[in-house]
Amino acid sequence: MDKLPARNLDFTADGSILVFDKLCKNYQLGAVELKVLREIDLVVKKGDYLAVMGPSGSGKSTLLNLIGCLDRPSGGKYYLGGHDVATLDDNELSAIRGRHIGFVFQSFNLISQLNVLENIEVPMFYQGISEHQSKVRAKELAEMVGLGDRVNHRPTELSGGQQQRVAIARALANDPLIILADEPTGNLDSQSGRDILNILDMLYQQGKTLIIITHDEDIAKHSQREIRLFDGQIAKQWYNR
Amino acid sequence: MFLYRTKRTLKLGIKSLWLHRLRSTLTALGIIFGVASVIAMLAIGEGASKDAMAQIARLGSLNIIVKTVQPPEDQHATGQQQSLQEYGLTYDDAERFRNSIPGIQVIVPVRRVAHQAWYRNRKIPIEVIGTVPWHLETSPIRLVMGRFLSTYDLDYKQDICIIDERVMNELFSFDDPIGQFVKIGSDYYSVVGIVSPQPAAISSEQQQAKDVEAVKKQAGANAGNVYIPLTTVKNRFGEMSVKISGQSGANVEKVELQEIIIKVANTDLVLPTRDILQTVLERFHKKADYQLTVPLELLEQAKRQKRIFSIVLGSIAAISLLVGGIGIMNIMLATVSERTREIGIRRALGARKKDIIFQFLSETLLLTFAGGILGIFFGCTIPFFVTRFGNMPTVITVSSLLLSFGISGAVGIAFGLYPAYRAANMDPIESLRHE
Repeated sequence: MDKLPARNLDFTADGSILVFDKLCKNYQLGAVELKVLREIDLVVKKGDYLAVMGPSGSGKSTLLNLIGCLDRPSGGKYYLGGHDVATLDDNELSAIRGRHIGFVFQSFNLISQLNVLENIEVPMFYQGISEHQSKVRAKELAEMVGLGDRVNHRPTELSGGQQQRVAIARALANDPLIILADEPTGNLDSQSGRDILNILDMLYQQGKTLIIITHDEDIAKHSQREIRLFDGQIAKQWYNR
Repeated sequence: MFLYRTKRTLKLGIKSLWLHRLRSTLTALGIIFGVASVIAMLAIGEGASKDAMAQIARLGSLNIIVKTVQPPEDQHATGQQQSLQEYGLTYDDAERFRNSIPGIQVIVPVRRVAHQAWYRNRKIPIEVIGTVPWHLETSPIRLVMGRFLSTYDLDYKQDICIIDERVMNELFSFDDPIGQFVKIGSDYYSVVGIVSPQPAAISSEQQQAKDVEAVKKQAGANAGNVYIPLTTVKNRFGEMSVKISGQSGANVEKVELQEIIIKVANTDLVLPTRDILQTVLERFHKKADYQLTVPLELLEQAKRQKRIFSIVLGSIAAISLLVGGIGIMNIMLATVSERTREIGIRRALGARKKDIIFQFLSETLLLTFAGGILGIFFGCTIPFFVTRFGNMPTVITVSSLLLSFGISGAVGIAFGLYPAYRAANMDPIESLRHE
């Protein structure tokens, strides 16, 4: 169907999943060219738990969109699992998003007409996984995030924390290369936020690759590695553990 | 794989349409009415023209009918001293047609005289039709009982008659009419046969009964036809008739034949023969005292009229279908902007543009097809009621069903494509931010 092989990904020799090579992103605002990201170099390896921090306007969201293949870089290279993202067309980007990126949004972004199980099934639907298979997998995932008894509830019948757990289950549906979380606890009370962070920790322990975008220091402390963006550049980066 | 996706997308479509039941129903109404009106209008048009065509066909599509008419210049001159008018078709005309025109199968000269028929103490107004034995070949009447005229009757001017069923019902309530004597004028005629007044049914029985009613009314006083050998009629009733008109007093007319019916071998010969007849008649008739009727031509004309009728009705209905389609597009555009965020989410989760197009297009198509099916249902019931209560014949043709269903499908695609494209081409980043 698409050019991309579904599962077989050729990692670069050292196991790096995501490589930024002098990545730039510019926006044209009238006559002025706004440089949002300037020459970012970054390598994320399999099993990394990366937190991206920075004040608003530092380019966090743009970086997230680029990592998530929702946008294309204006300069530099972005390799995801060995694919040069800049050369992919819209269909291939969609396929990459569906197959290799698991999104967790600040505002959950569940589809309100669908119940928990159906929401988890959405990414699998677009990968052409059979109804039966995806149902089984969705149930497994719902149980994993502790919502095995609520699979038939609508998102509006769930608390914020529960909704975010559904979103995490959905992000895991196709067993993606990267789980990309944008302020995952931003809309939650502290208890629910801790629950979500525990789940993310658990995923890290299972060997998943996580990238979290946040401005909360406490959340960032959970990560293994932090980078701090400032004015579209990586100002600082260090390892927590 | 494709089928499987289609199935699930349709499921999704049904689900989201079901979620907005009222909106979906109202949207589909446009298509329902559109399709129903296409079918109903075409059915009514078809019915009306079929009725007209059946009536024309009864005249016989192979026939050419030449009728005697009173020449227009005479009508002005009448009042003055001119007491005898001689006009119309003659036996010579019939003879000339027979001798000079090839391809003619049958020539039937007809003389009609309005008269009264008596049986015992009953008297009814009738039309005496003096004709020839082969009259039946050119006419839709058929023999019900007894026999029709024979050449013997014609050659020896027999005093016999064939009555039609209307006359039979009026005159012979209890007696078997065959062998009885009917008095017309001052002479008695033996009844040898009975013919049907109307041709075998094409339309429904009910309809036919109404036709008979109408014919009766048109004919006025005349309660039926009595067929007598042409030679007998000539002998008994002569060729003169006296007309009494208000101021000018008595006025005598001499007309030999009222009608000559010519039947040709096949339809290709009808129009050429008509032209020849026209030429022959023009040469021998100085006055315009004849009229040519070609049922085939009328039939063609009726067909043309039917086409115009169908086109006009069809386009009115098609416009309503178009309006329905625009309504659908409107709603789908609203739906798309309402579901911007959902589209963004789906795009982020791996939906390609064509997945989104397919999702919205399938909703539109579901609406139009459901509307189309319901529309066909209503479209078939409306003509039923029109026939039942409006006393109008209607004919639902399969082609009108296919046409309207096809149009509704096309409307679905045409008006669903744009909203679906708009949905698919929204920027996923923007749509994810959309509140």
